[in-house]
Amino acid sequence: MELHTLGITELRELLDKREISVRDVVDSVYKRIEAVEGRVRAFVTLTKEKAFEMAAEAQKRIDGKTTMPLLGIPMAIKDNMCTKGIRTTCSSKILGNFSPPYESTVTDKLIAQGYVLIGKTNLDEFAMGSSTENSGFHTTRNPWDLERIPGGSSGGSTAAVAADECIAALGSDTGGSIRQPAALCGVVGLKPTYGRVSRYGLVAFASSLDQIGPITKNVRDAANLMNAISGHDPFDSTSAPLAPPDFPSALDRDIKGLKVGIPKEYFIEGMDPAVDSSVKAAVSQLESLGASIVEISLPHTDYAVATYYLLATSEASSNLARYDGVKYGVREQGKDLSEMYMKTRARGFGAEVKRRIMLGTYALSSGYYEAYYKKAQQVRSLIKRDFEEAFRSTDIIATPTSPTAAFRVGEKADDPLQMYLSDIFTISVNLAGVPGISLPCGFTAGGLPIGLQLIGKHFDEATVLRAAYAYEQSTEWHTRRPKLDAGACRWTMKQ
Amino acid sequence: MPMDYEAVIGLEVHAQMLTESKIFCGCSTKFGAPPNTQTCQICIGMPGVLPVLNRKALEFAVRTGLATNCTISQYSRFARKNYFYPDLPKGYQISQYELPICEHGHIDIIADGERKRIGITRIHMEEDAGKNIHEGNGSYSFVDLNRAGVPLMEIVSEPDIRTPKEASEYMRKLRGLLRSLGVCDGNMEQGSLRCDANVSIRPVGSTGLGVKVEMKNINSFRFVEKALEYEIKRQLRTLEEGGKIVQETRLWDPSSGKTQSMRTKEEAHDYRYFPEPDLVPLVADREWIDDIQASLPELPDAKRERFISDYALSEYDAELLISERATADWFEETVKAGGPPKAAANWMIGDLTRLLNEENRTIEECPMRPVRLAEMIRLIEEGIISGKIAKTVFEEMYRTGKDAEQIVKEKGLTQISDSGELEKTVEEIVAKHPKEVGRFRGGDEKLIGFFVGQVMKATRGKANPQMVNELLRKKLAE
Repeated sequence: MELHTLGITELRELLDKREISVRDVVDSVYKRIEAVEGRVRAFVTLTKEKAFEMAAEAQKRIDGKTTMPLLGIPMAIKDNMCTKGIRTTCSSKILGNFSPPYESTVTDKLIAQGYVLIGKTNLDEFAMGSSTENSGFHTTRNPWDLERIPGGSSGGSTAAVAADECIAALGSDTGGSIRQPAALCGVVGLKPTYGRVSRYGLVAFASSLDQIGPITKNVRDAANLMNAISGHDPFDSTSAPLAPPDFPSALDRDIKGLKVGIPKEYFIEGMDPAVDSSVKAAVSQLESLGASIVEISLPHTDYAVATYYLLATSEASSNLARYDGVKYGVREQGKDLSEMYMKTRARGFGAEVKRRIMLGTYALSSGYYEAYYKKAQQVRSLIKRDFEEAFRSTDIIATPTSPTAAFRVGEKADDPLQMYLSDIFTISVNLAGVPGISLPCGFTAGGLPIGLQLIGKHFDEATVLRAAYAYEQSTEWHTRRPKLDAGACRWTMKQ
Repeated sequence: MPMDYEAVIGLEVHAQMLTESKIFCGCSTKFGAPPNTQTCQICIGMPGVLPVLNRKALEFAVRTGLATNCTISQYSRFARKNYFYPDLPKGYQISQYELPICEHGHIDIIADGERKRIGITRIHMEEDAGKNIHEGNGSYSFVDLNRAGVPLMEIVSEPDIRTPKEASEYMRKLRGLLRSLGVCDGNMEQGSLRCDANVSIRPVGSTGLGVKVEMKNINSFRFVEKALEYEIKRQLRTLEEGGKIVQETRLWDPSSGKTQSMRTKEEAHDYRYFPEPDLVPLVADREWIDDIQASLPELPDAKRERFISDYALSEYDAELLISERATADWFEETVKAGGPPKAAANWMIGDLTRLLNEENRTIEECPMRPVRLAEMIRLIEEGIISGKIAKTVFEEMYRTGKDAEQIVKEKGLTQISDSGELEKTVEEIVAKHPKEVGRFRGGDEKLIGFFVGQVMKATRGKANPQMVNELLRKKLAE
């Protein structure tokens, strides 16, 4: 049995029965990494030594008859979540040498659950991008086709899960950064409601949009991870003071009578026909499971991308000001303070990060603030209202996750606008603050995964997970695995 | 200032709040610790950290707002003020901009003997920055972030102030108020209370505003006056010489007593304020605010009114006594110990203040206890010592902490009320000054003062003035 291919639930049973040890699982995962990581390049840092220490700890607890869903489960963490004493780079040169003195709330919770950290995964620098091509270190490859991107920005985490280089992972989602790469890599990715999961220790890109969520091989694993990471955190004022429900138990109910809304604005021209037909087929499948389909409207959808790129860049321009070479990270010497600042930031940040800092700085400038930032905030309210309005007549909303399947490395790298449109179906969800999941719902003729997005009401991840689970269990998409045979290395390094 | 121009002044006062911990993390706010020993990942702006508001800081801001007659905002929020500087670890300061916690208040000051109302535009909360330290060979500087994140209130006045004297009175009044509320220690030397001033000049009678200059770094009452006096003169001179006032920020340099240009309007920062997304908006909880209102101590203005009505003090005396809570307390203790209010007030405002000032002491550091003053006043009233002797006794009490009776006994300062002894002296004086006696008897009654003075001199001030008066009149009438 290849342990690295299993999910959390299956491993839990084997570990608790002590048919296998945590060490067996970790061994299996690292063997897999040795075999495929040279081609996938999902990780920025591997923490093998630490992982075996954590595995030994977890095994002790299992031997002491402790059982917890994540005890001894090898996981990968996106490299924008702080891990104490372990390099946390955000895939940026400016933080290339940064080792945080503290632990983020989510990983702290995972430690309490006895998880095993396998490594830190690659991302678009500071989570800005949809392909991992903006990583300051290297581009991660899509395990389904190594010439293609895995999506982004959590492309390292989704590729690692898809390639069985870990059992599950955490990603972060500001405009689609969990869901879009999950769709492109054929795995499950959930962006929880804004405020459901603590952001403390997540290196901020756009504070009012960022949210951490699970990336897993199946929906039940996502529900288990949600149990582990959700809940109010006194260190994050924007985390909701609400007790989360037990997510896995929500999966048991069927979806008879569940209303599924289809927004007419989401089936657009220019969408890949394979995506269009797969998602429509998925909607029919939901209907056949007892859901009733209703057409809805989200009238301000057209403004979402523009609104997002004003707000996210404005916040980013401020959030990234702290990387000034004074306190931590990389410093370039200059003849005076201002030259030190300029050299440090010019060499430390990549092109996309600089582009967004400039955009955001401009949008917040005196004389432009009203026309850009403020106007965008007003439109954001309208988009949020669209969803509130829609959820009066529907329980969840079904849409494609991404208008296309994975594109080729380099295909959109020089066209930021085309790149920004990859997130056209996911961005509104962040602006509205509602939860959204992406799960596999088919493949293109070329064998590339296609994702279905299900969107729920504020703090109603339970219903989203229930519908996703019902769909998943009635199809076999999630059981498919990329081939990744040895020798399939057909691409050459971009950098 | 020439008669035809007046100054228009507004003050922005930064007050460090007396909270135990910083505004957005748990670090201590204690002053004077070794550099960077009171810091954590939050106040040094590590990647991924988030601020959490210190509820005490909010309470202090609300207390101050209520005490300055402000409206407490129903809905208030924090904003980021963006600029690069090594002592600002996040590259932005968390402050308040569009929706401050308090607005539309006022405080009353007494200037040139008249009461004047100074409007408070707003009070907002913000975090302090750290400190750059330039030491050594100058090839690099150091940054101490102990102060980064210490809670501040910025109290912005309306441009209602017209003279440097009014400005320093306003500062004094505000300082006393903050101290009586227990929200700020008012220590200007340590920078707990700092002030920027906006000043412009305009022709008297005009209601428009001239081009304003902002002055930074004013950290004492004396400097407030000096800096404003200098700046107003500079602006007048500029106009007289046919020049134009430039909108700019000027730095007050206490060593030269001058202001110098720091940056002009064109060079001004664009702070790119926007709402702080890491903190949720503050929605006023009426009940909580009412509780704070109920817990406020007696405020200086109410105290002044009470001093006037209960102790029959003049407005001027009352204002001086209430300016500091400790002074007011000292006064009331004296009264409680039996001291008559008017006399107690006079001794405090006169001799006590002089002695304290000579040694640069605050009333808290006064070596004499209020009960001693009450006892001394009683000795005067009982005729045991004269008012003049009392001055010596008072100073002695202040220096030694001994009580008045003991001092009077030790130094033999008891008033001579023995008519036999006094009579002898009076006879001697009258005999010594036949010319004056003649003039007095001729109708120059004012000369009585001369004779009293001579008797007092002969007795080294110990004579009972009333008895001397009576005996002299009797003798001279003979």
